[in-house]
Amino acid sequence: MRNIVAIAKRELLSLFVSPVAYFVLGGFVIIGAFFFFLILAAYNSYVVQAAQMPWAGSQIPSLNQFVVEQYFSTMLVVLVFLIPILTMRTIAEERRLGTFELLITSPVSILELVVGKFLGVGTLITAMVLLASIFPLSLPLILDLEIAPLISGIGGVILFALGLASVGIAASSYTENQIVAAASSMVILLLLYVIQAPAEQGTNEFVSTLFRSLSPQAQVIDLLKGVLSLKSVFYFFSLITLGIFLSVRSLESFRYR
Amino acid sequence: MIEVKNISKRYGEFSAVTNVTFSAKKGDIVGFLGPNGAGKTSTIRMLATYTPPSAGTAIVAGYDVIAQPDEVRKRIGYLPENPPLYPEMTVKEYLKFVGQIKGVRSSELNSKVESTMKRCFIDDVAGKLCSTLSRGYRQRVGIAQAIIHDPDVIILDEPTSGLDPKQIIEIRRLIKSLGDNHTVILSTHILPEVSMVCNKVVIIHRGSVVLEKPLAELVKERSLEETFIGAVSSEGAVQAELVAAPESESGANAS
Repeated sequence: MRNIVAIAKRELLSLFVSPVAYFVLGGFVIIGAFFFFLILAAYNSYVVQAAQMPWAGSQIPSLNQFVVEQYFSTMLVVLVFLIPILTMRTIAEERRLGTFELLITSPVSILELVVGKFLGVGTLITAMVLLASIFPLSLPLILDLEIAPLISGIGGVILFALGLASVGIAASSYTENQIVAAASSMVILLLLYVIQAPAEQGTNEFVSTLFRSLSPQAQVIDLLKGVLSLKSVFYFFSLITLGIFLSVRSLESFRYR
Repeated sequence: MIEVKNISKRYGEFSAVTNVTFSAKKGDIVGFLGPNGAGKTSTIRMLATYTPPSAGTAIVAGYDVIAQPDEVRKRIGYLPENPPLYPEMTVKEYLKFVGQIKGVRSSELNSKVESTMKRCFIDDVAGKLCSTLSRGYRQRVGIAQAIIHDPDVIILDEPTSGLDPKQIIEIRRLIKSLGDNHTVILSTHILPEVSMVCNKVVIIHRGSVVLEKPLAELVKERSLEETFIGAVSSEGAVQAELVAAPESESGANAS
């Protein structure tokens, strides 16, 4: 446990020493602010229009549906591109610097190493999502909004981001080159993201079920809607476990070379 | 402290180390000599539990590197060829981190970091980033990293490569002082270093040990240079057999 904390702390420290963390964190919040404003403006004009046509009044979507859900699902796409940038260096950089040799000859297990890395990056990512959640969280102060779905939405985005991070760390453990790590995890995450479209269209029952159960995008939707789906939570925990497992496997192969 | 028996390392078809056998007891400073590419680093990596041997056994600090690598890891300090520093950490932060993962108790951590920095003459750069250090300081921080948890066995891979003469002298003095209560393995291809620092010599050539002797015994017969050249010349293995015999002059001339 002590080893995990030491590694996680070191990881956070080196993230914050490099400009990358600030760029990604700042960028995420600014992009968030931009989209939040756009969505809010769209909602406003929608409500104004709807007020002029009272006969359609029953169909006005709630603030939760229109703003919060849309805002979070937009931010998911941004995460697909930003998380590989945060995770690319985690293990690839250790291998390039030779510090991996120090870690692997220390009394630290590979699982502790990978979990430490995950917690380090995960802390930054969680902070990043929470910062960008300030915008929807400020809504209940001035407007009528349901809090519970908002909280489950934030939780969903954090789980989604952590799931992606574990895939990114796994990609980083297979190479010494950060660019390769970033590119490969971005491709994998994009693929996982786009298979949601055929899953929704559902031309083929089997294919759409398969894709829906693979795509983190499809899994997080329930949580964004405020449905506390255990299946989705279970999916993200499995994804995180799988990412950590693959990283451990990749690094353990060093001990058999 | 160290018992290496017939260890070999193969990478696919290529055999980097074959049947290496040697031993060292507590307080020994072993000079692990060999030309570049002789298999020094491969052997050292096996002793440091970075890679497991393909065959043979090695007992380091009382534990088998294959069966109980974690017990070995607790009791060794290892400086790889390139000091494993994190460029974005200060020297002090770095040593604290290494102390933590090497299992130094939290209550002792700060005092250990301070005393190790003093011992390695790096207390004047404690607050500097590792990326800004000169080669000599990097190397010394690397040694500090290897001794911070007071390991039984210290393994140093070419600790003086790329240093200026003054730094070399300082580092040698430091290594010599380590021999008082640790076992040290020092890989190098610089001969004077061995005669100044070590009390035992192991010469490796083309992946095999060609000579293992206490230094005092070795230099009685002839100089270390002659022995080394004799041992690693083209008929290295044969020459090594002849080292004890007086007619091995031809080996020395082959240089």
